[in-house]
Amino acid sequence: MKTKNNWKAWLYLLPAILFLAVFMVYPLIDVCVYAVEENYSFAQGEATGIGLANFRYVLSDPYFVQAVRNTFLIVIITVPLSTGFSLLIALGLSSVKRLQNAFQTIYFLPYVTNTLAVGLVFMILFRKTDYTEGLVNLLLAKIGLGGVDFIEGPYWAKMFVMCFYTIWVVMPFKILILTSALASVNQDYYKAAKVDGASSFRIFRKITLPMISSTVFYLIITGFIGAFKAYSDEVALFGTNLNAAGMNTIVGYVYDMLYGSSGGYPSYAAAAALILFAIVFTITYINLTVSKKTVQYV
Amino acid sequence: MKVVLENLTKRFASRSEKGKDVTAVNRFNFEIPDGQLVGLLGPSGCGKSTTLNLISGLETPTEGRILFGDQDVTNLPPEERGVGLVFQNYALYPHLTVEQNIIFPLQNLKGNQKMSKAAMHEKALEAAKLVQIERLMERKPSQLSGGQQQRVAIARALVKIPRVLLLDEPLSNLDARLRLQTREELRRIQRETGVTTIFVTHDQEEAMSISDLIIVMKEGIVNQIGKPQQVYDDPVNLFVAQFLGTPAINVLEGELRDGRLMIGGEAVLDMPGKADGAVWAGIRPEGFVLDGNGPFTCAMERVEVMGRDVSVVCTHEKMTGRNIRAIIPAESRVDTDQKTVRFSLKPAKVFVFDRESEARR
Amino acid sequence: MNVQKKSGRAGMALIYFFLVIWALIVLFPFYWMLLTSVKSFAAYNSEYIPRFWTPNPTMENYASAFTTVPLGRYFLNTVIFTAATTGLMMLVIVPAAFAFARLEFRGKNAVFSFFLSLMMIPTELVIITNYVTIVNWNMRNTYWGLILPSVTSIFYIYLLKENFEAIPDELYKAAKVDGTSDLKYLLRVMIPIAQPTIVTIVILKVIECWNSYVWPRLITYDQNYFLVSNGIQQIRESGFGRENTPAMMAAVVVISIPLIVLFLAFRKKIMAGVSRGGTKG
Repeated sequence: MKTKNNWKAWLYLLPAILFLAVFMVYPLIDVCVYAVEENYSFAQGEATGIGLANFRYVLSDPYFVQAVRNTFLIVIITVPLSTGFSLLIALGLSSVKRLQNAFQTIYFLPYVTNTLAVGLVFMILFRKTDYTEGLVNLLLAKIGLGGVDFIEGPYWAKMFVMCFYTIWVVMPFKILILTSALASVNQDYYKAAKVDGASSFRIFRKITLPMISSTVFYLIITGFIGAFKAYSDEVALFGTNLNAAGMNTIVGYVYDMLYGSSGGYPSYAAAAALILFAIVFTITYINLTVSKKTVQYV
Repeated sequence: MKVVLENLTKRFASRSEKGKDVTAVNRFNFEIPDGQLVGLLGPSGCGKSTTLNLISGLETPTEGRILFGDQDVTNLPPEERGVGLVFQNYALYPHLTVEQNIIFPLQNLKGNQKMSKAAMHEKALEAAKLVQIERLMERKPSQLSGGQQQRVAIARALVKIPRVLLLDEPLSNLDARLRLQTREELRRIQRETGVTTIFVTHDQEEAMSISDLIIVMKEGIVNQIGKPQQVYDDPVNLFVAQFLGTPAINVLEGELRDGRLMIGGEAVLDMPGKADGAVWAGIRPEGFVLDGNGPFTCAMERVEVMGRDVSVVCTHEKMTGRNIRAIIPAESRVDTDQKTVRFSLKPAKVFVFDRESEARR
Repeated sequence: MNVQKKSGRAGMALIYFFLVIWALIVLFPFYWMLLTSVKSFAAYNSEYIPRFWTPNPTMENYASAFTTVPLGRYFLNTVIFTAATTGLMMLVIVPAAFAFARLEFRGKNAVFSFFLSLMMIPTELVIITNYVTIVNWNMRNTYWGLILPSVTSIFYIYLLKENFEAIPDELYKAAKVDGTSDLKYLLRVMIPIAQPTIVTIVILKVIECWNSYVWPRLITYDQNYFLVSNGIQQIRESGFGRENTPAMMAAVVVISIPLIVLFLAFRKKIMAGVSRGGTKG
């Protein structure tokens, strides 16, 4: 019976294999080819040689350097903050009974919204125009600050909105995961600790945190990966011309090289994408190594 | 339907050692007469489930043939063999109702076997009535007790009127009381339908109590086939003797000398005509008779009274395992203060086995 | 005892306070877009200090959202794209998951390991060639060009395979004895039993499709094939004239509503599904 089924099994797999071959495996090889083809562009259509010139070009391109800087800032700021806030909120959520469901539902809302669309709302809230100061500036004025255009103003202000919006977008997933992790901790541990007279902070440090540490690390790892790929949230806030806004990211750089006003250079795009992959791979590897040493599996 | 297995062998590639084969079923030769209830008995891992899978067609044999009546079904797929199979965990489709579960096999029929909806319902109802679940037709499996699920599984296996009904550990998921009940039920259903039925079990009591015929297996090899009582009374080797009967048979180191069985220097039983040599002596618990002048002396341990009869627990230096257990009628008087107890033995309840080959001598 | 109770109560109040604050931060953008979308253009522009309430709500922005830009067209495109991608994906991943979970064939483990290793590959790496592929196939500004690259998901194959494997072997054997073909077993037994997971996957994929932006942007420059994300970007950059914010917000509301309704209808399922297997992005 086993041998008879053989070809039928492949038939079931065929569509998946075909699609993966065309849109996953072949591109993976092809992107490496692109990356080493020198002076190739859609317009030119032919490469002049093989080498690392594309990588040299990308690494010395000020736009790329800026994109790397922006991306790293976003990662370093948003990953710890969003994870920490989510943990606090999840802890708060798990300690209340009334309205827990309502809160959970509300907190999850950003996950199901089109980030491009809601980004526009953020833009309007933070923007300062000739007609209006914008709501955020008005609130800031109440405490004696304000007058900053967060969308087209100074770099720090743009970076602030950027990170704020990113955190707003990624929180729902983290809160959800942490809440369910907290809920799955056996309540008997808490009872035992209470009987032993442990303080709530000690219970958190010694019981809760170790029990959910693998979840926290999972969130940090996926958070890093996600933040390194930041792009569409930036577009939502600052428009498609991110280089001009000085808010481009590595992924944005890849797309700009491929398409758009500065596009047509798949080799540069490929080189930048491979550099991004190398960065993400390295960071994930480091993360995994650290987490293996720290996480206590229960 | 008569079922014949000829030289049936199944080898699997070993999971632990590459390139090595494990023989799950080794050269089976036996014939099951039409309309019998047969218990396939053996410890876990002895190949009995594989045998069942081979008969059902879920697996194909490495060598040998399977015949249903005169038809060679060795290379037929399961659906063309006309078998019904009941699984240990019943394998009911959880998303279908009882009736839909029973009808399921009928919906696969092709060609001129195809049935109208009405005919299917009628068939399903018939099968359900046979196992007495006709009032549960609209329920989902999760709303049924274990025993009811079991009946649904049997109804589903019977609805196509199979030539052979196969049951894999049909009673092991039921609690003790239900098991006794269902045992009788199985017997009744088999009698009523007259379908040749083979069931697999590791529980010798279960097999003994309802089977017309039992087949005792060990490590892929058939050790003995016969009527339950006959196998019990006349085991071919030490394994069969040990596997059948509760409490288990007592096995002692012994020796045959001059037509007598010697255990620890005492000649406990005359066994004329048997050649001399070292043996295992197997004594059934009911083979002991209290006898102040008996030839077999044991050290008294304790007495367990169990209503109908009494269990005398004693020790002997030649005993393998811990204690000798002798079952004697409740009215016998045992003096528990005595340090020793003496028995004579019933010749029909004592078997001797070769020390090396463990075959019956 | 009394003191403890008091501090417990104060602590609770503090927790609720922070929970409410975050809830407001989450909800406020939604409120603001709703509010702005019903302010008249004139009223909005006259508010140098934005008001938190409008006395005269109007629906005119919604009308202009659909008439000034082809929002209806974007909407329809997105529905077609989402339905087709999700449907095709199920046709691809269900048989694949079935083959991995139930069928025996040579090289199964090798193929599956290979699939898993592909899971590490980020889209950004393969999108360059996929863009070229679609351009070469003359599929820019077509539905096929939008759909094809995203009809497989190794992760969902994996998720479904795990689910299929949890269905007891005996059911398969029972079906075999009854003469059920593999395909029929898949359709009549496995899919119904694995239905919760399948629904979860469908919902997650719908969310993903509805919000997808990058690929459609690469593949379409003809407005007739824009999805809502690209449409909204188009609106932002040139659509209503840069300053018709209320109309823009009306469009944002229209775009956001389907998913929010879907979410509220399947709240439990979506949240359970995401916590089991979803990631953002």
